[in-house]
Amino acid sequence: MKTDTASIWKQSVSSGLIAGAICLLVSLVGLVESFGDTYIIRGLLTLGDFILLIPIVLITYTALSRFSESSRTTLLGVSAVVGLVAGFILTLLVLLGQAVDLRVMFVNASPALFSQLMRGVPLPLGALIPPLQGLIAAILGLGIYLIPARPRSAVIQGILWVVLIGTLRDQILLIDLLKPRPIAAILKSVIFSSSGLTPIGALLVFAITAGLSYYLSGRKKRVAVSQPTKTQKRNRIILFFVLAVILYMLPKSLGIFYIEILDTTGLFIMMGLGLNIVVGFAGLLDLGYVAFYAIGAYTMGVLTSPGLGLYSLTFWQALPIALLAAWLAGILLGLPVLRMRGDYLAIVTLGFGEIVRLLVLSDWLKAYLGGTQGIQSIAQPQIGPLKFDTLQQLYYLILIGIVIVAFIAWRLKDSHLGRSWMAVREDEDVAQAMGINLVFTKLMAFSTGALFAGLAGTLGAAKLTSVYPHSMTFIVSINVLVLIIIGGMGSIPGVFVGALVLIGLPGLLTEFQEYRLWFYGLALVFMMLNRPEGLWPEARRKRELHEEITELVAE
Amino acid sequence: MLKRWRQRVTFSDIVVWAIGIAIGIAVVYGTIVTWRRADYTAEQWINLTLDGLKLGGIYSLIALGYTLVYGILRMINFAHSEVFMSGPFTAVFLAKYLDSIGFYNSHPLISLILVTLLSAAVSITVALLLERIAYRRLRYAPRLVPLITAIGASFFLQYTFRGMYGNDPETYPTLDILKGTWTIGSIAIPKTDLVVIVSAFVLMLILYTIVQTTKTGKAMRSVSEDKEAAALMGINVDRIIVFTFSLGGASAGIAGILYALIFQQVHFYMGFIPGLKAFTAAVLGGIGNVVGAWLGGTLLGLIESLGPNLFLSGLGIPAANQLKDGIAFAILVFILIFRPTGLLGERVSKTKA
Repeated sequence: MKTDTASIWKQSVSSGLIAGAICLLVSLVGLVESFGDTYIIRGLLTLGDFILLIPIVLITYTALSRFSESSRTTLLGVSAVVGLVAGFILTLLVLLGQAVDLRVMFVNASPALFSQLMRGVPLPLGALIPPLQGLIAAILGLGIYLIPARPRSAVIQGILWVVLIGTLRDQILLIDLLKPRPIAAILKSVIFSSSGLTPIGALLVFAITAGLSYYLSGRKKRVAVSQPTKTQKRNRIILFFVLAVILYMLPKSLGIFYIEILDTTGLFIMMGLGLNIVVGFAGLLDLGYVAFYAIGAYTMGVLTSPGLGLYSLTFWQALPIALLAAWLAGILLGLPVLRMRGDYLAIVTLGFGEIVRLLVLSDWLKAYLGGTQGIQSIAQPQIGPLKFDTLQQLYYLILIGIVIVAFIAWRLKDSHLGRSWMAVREDEDVAQAMGINLVFTKLMAFSTGALFAGLAGTLGAAKLTSVYPHSMTFIVSINVLVLIIIGGMGSIPGVFVGALVLIGLPGLLTEFQEYRLWFYGLALVFMMLNRPEGLWPEARRKRELHEEITELVAE
Repeated sequence: MLKRWRQRVTFSDIVVWAIGIAIGIAVVYGTIVTWRRADYTAEQWINLTLDGLKLGGIYSLIALGYTLVYGILRMINFAHSEVFMSGPFTAVFLAKYLDSIGFYNSHPLISLILVTLLSAAVSITVALLLERIAYRRLRYAPRLVPLITAIGASFFLQYTFRGMYGNDPETYPTLDILKGTWTIGSIAIPKTDLVVIVSAFVLMLILYTIVQTTKTGKAMRSVSEDKEAAALMGINVDRIIVFTFSLGGASAGIAGILYALIFQQVHFYMGFIPGLKAFTAAVLGGIGNVVGAWLGGTLLGLIESLGPNLFLSGLGIPAANQLKDGIAFAILVFILIFRPTGLLGERVSKTKA
């Protein structure tokens, strides 16, 4: 028993050290300071504080779940140790920062960061602040641990909503629907302060969202069992119409700022649907997906731009040619590389993407592709007198494109071809033995994906009326890959969820842009380790991934 | 005989071979034109070769990390480029500090050793953290999962270092003793070049010896043959994997310092392109093979520095040097298509994971 308690304390200290190291990292990377004036709750909590303290909460929680047998007092002690140790490390950082100028090496280790870590309290007393904060965070972790599962998820959702709504205060107030005087006045005076929520507003938001989530989580289970399919079908149709009306109304009720984000998100959804076929359905990891977007966009540019002076077709004349070019590029790349295994294929496609970018960038092809300057004044679509030249009008065009692409993807998924793709994904050799033509099946996946990216490329070119080689980087391929992985590989609704979460949300938060890829990387690792099936998993994929894990455990 | 051949060859084979032959003809034609025109002097060719050799040495050292990890875990450690970046990007601050107190140029050898040690230590730490946090739990996961994790880790590390050390490139202070040239016969070789080429070669020799002759190296090779059997023979597989990651990390960290000696500048994105090229080198030489990493790296460096002038300019392509990265990637694609085993390796690109 004695050694047991000793090991508990040892483990709590090491958990505290890990939490402290994460807090240290987050501070030095600059997240705490950058989000230090984005208030979630005015005067109480900034987004920076939230990012700083959430690791302590999480680590306390995981540490506690290891000692589930222990008494409450032990649990309290464990959380206190974790919180204090983590906070103490931050104090050390502050003290070290006072003694030496850390900024020579760590650009973010500035006095502003230190004073924020100490919440503005001057030094001798301020040194106590980080451990105190850590303690509070750890107790919060303990609280979350102690409440039963159903209210726990409600509380967590409530907290997340408070953070989201508080952070997006400025953007929410930009929505036209909320602009009428009485609503805006109430929002501004009761819920929102000049930055973030008011304490009362935060409580309100928390109560509403947590309550709602508690209610829904109880309701869902009962409904799913008892509801007959007929009403389900009717509900689905109603939902579809409501969604259609909302999507139609969106650009009319939102400012230009939102429509820009919506358009970009739409283009990414389109690319995501394409890559989802390649990666999600057929299991071929393509890291050079941006190449097909580039081919679509550049073909559109070359064929329509009077600036380049090669051809001057209209958008609609150039569209089929651009799509054909992207599709052919998909086949041309597909033919040689499809005989390779997964991870090799990934690297080769990455190489292909880079080759396309380098060619577009080179002086060699400057006369045809514009070199570093890219191509300007690309034609925008026009039907009769109706010109699609504003972001609002292009929104509808992109929406139509998404509907078509999503419909094709959805129909393909359960077709003969779609099932062949999934068979190839599960096991190539068995699929071949079952009579599936591997080359044809993979080529179809590759070229369909390329076609969708090409479509996104043409629309993207029309949206900006220009294309630049610098926007065709590897990062774009990664963005698309991340969104389908977060959403759930092989899941069509997952693409939408992924794009909204990963492209839409960061688009709203301009401070966030600089750390977007940091969060993407973290999200990829985290998802792969803990939830490889994604946020909105495809049923078969989920089964597959969990099967393998259980099989291994059984072994 | 002919009939059987016709059955085996598919349409895609024909397309692939046609592309390959077309490119081969273009390369030969371009080379002939360049030689005929005699655009460059012998001295220029020697300089280009030296460039190729020093780049090649660095690629080999990085490629070693890919090769060793691939040999043991059958995964592409995509984040290895960040292991390479982290070392020199951290050590630059030590170099700058030593320079500011005047120690750097008064004791150049000690300073270089200190800076290299720090760089290797940081790279090893990053490699080990990667293994412990990200890869260990995924050893038996479906094939794409570790690769996607590695890509995520790569971005996470890049932007972590960018956040910590800033967005701007940091400049390594110059060492006075490495300025100027040494003359061997009638050829003047910049001192930095020779130091880099020789130290990369010596390091590869040392690493080769470690893998081939020491007991741990033997254990490494047996783990890469068969993990279960190695474990039954009393080899601690976890410990060997950790050792492999440290060896890869160390060679990447040292390669980073050599890279910094040549280019003087380090920044958070510096790992991406050399990492890709080193992976190409590993594949070119035959992945899982230490000699292959050296051969592939050296060849790639040479092709990359000689290629643009040798055959691209002969084909009448202006500013051919812009396309040298393209050559490296094209080599990667074609090696994987025509000789997936690489020059010295086993056939892996088509086998199942």
